[in-house]
Amino acid sequence: MASAKEIKSLVFGPVFANNPIALQVLGICSALAVTTKLDKALVMGIALTLVTAFSSMFISMIRNHIPSSVRIIVQMTIIASLVIVVDQVLKAFAYNVAKELSVFVGLIITNCIVMGRAEAYAMKSPPLMSFLDGIGNGLGYTVLLLIVAFIRELFGSGTVFGVEILPLISAGGWYQPMGLLLMPPSAFFIIGLFIWVLRTFRPEQVEK
Amino acid sequence: MEHYLSLFVRAVFIDNLALSFFLGMCTFIAISKQVKTAFSLGIAVTVVLGLSVPLNNIVFKQFLAPGALDWAGFPDTDLSFLGFIAYIGVIAGLVQVLEMFLDKYVPSLYNALGIFLPLITVNCAIFGGVAFMVERDYNLAESAVFGLGGGLGWTLAITLMAAVSEKLKYADIPAGLRGLGSRFIMVGLMGLGFMSFSGVSL
Repeated sequence: MASAKEIKSLVFGPVFANNPIALQVLGICSALAVTTKLDKALVMGIALTLVTAFSSMFISMIRNHIPSSVRIIVQMTIIASLVIVVDQVLKAFAYNVAKELSVFVGLIITNCIVMGRAEAYAMKSPPLMSFLDGIGNGLGYTVLLLIVAFIRELFGSGTVFGVEILPLISAGGWYQPMGLLLMPPSAFFIIGLFIWVLRTFRPEQVEK
Repeated sequence: MEHYLSLFVRAVFIDNLALSFFLGMCTFIAISKQVKTAFSLGIAVTVVLGLSVPLNNIVFKQFLAPGALDWAGFPDTDLSFLGFIAYIGVIAGLVQVLEMFLDKYVPSLYNALGIFLPLITVNCAIFGGVAFMVERDYNLAESAVFGLGGGLGWTLAITLMAAVSEKLKYADIPAGLRGLGSRFIMVGLMGLGFMSFSGVSL
């Protein structure tokens, strides 16, 4: 059984030291479009964390019974079923957010983090460890998403989780919002700069 | 006719799958180092997208949409919740068939695309294209045009990006920004460029 230290490194390792987005280049596909607002980013992060954790767990449970030639299809089916569950739950309990996330909930299926962890970790580790590994990688994704969304929402529309922090000029305040931050390309700049900061503190991650 | 043309131009430039919806970014950032490979991958994506979007449109309209099973005697059935599994199945199957077909009849293309074809199943651009088709409620002809246009737009974006990173090899970039960091910023700048198309009204 896993020691407490191992569990800690599985869950918290991917948050900064081995971030799935910043270092492994996984899962950027659907991530960036949902970061204009913090609540959208949070829901997306939670959804992805749950899907990654449970898909890793289920795949790991049956890993010894999957013939390697059809493993991708089997993994896909498990992931797709979990995403359908998430999608239906969101539609039932958080309809507005589900509407705003539109196709991006479905895109969790093809999110490389989920597949990547299933392929790289769950296929050769016991269920509990795979579950924790999924949680850890999901957290890494969520943290990065929340940082980007915080910057974009605060400086782009002057709010945090919809609560006004910087009063806008248009509403009688003093803050002139940066419209650029609400547009797609700004997410790339923020992540690029984030990687720069991360690698300045961890020089061993620098590419040659 | 005009309607289809404007849909096509929208899909290629204004609603570019890669640069305004961030779809297919993983491959986008990992592969785009050489113009030649980037272009082959782009063609493969275009072919698969051009086929799978209309194919999934048929699946959705004939089997999954509310009331679509009327012809089989189930007028009240709504299977649209099964969508994700059906689409990903169709895409995976299509890629497999395409691979076998190319291997048998067009070996030169098969060799050029070779390793990329299986990867395309998990390319978000394909699934994203299909999901957009369902959400925007395109008909069969529209979805064919949208799939083709979206694929070409993606090819355009990844080829341009590869061309820029080929030149960037000789640049002296600050250590922490090398590789991944600079790539993200580059995509951002290209996205800004593509945004200038959004003023085009059709």
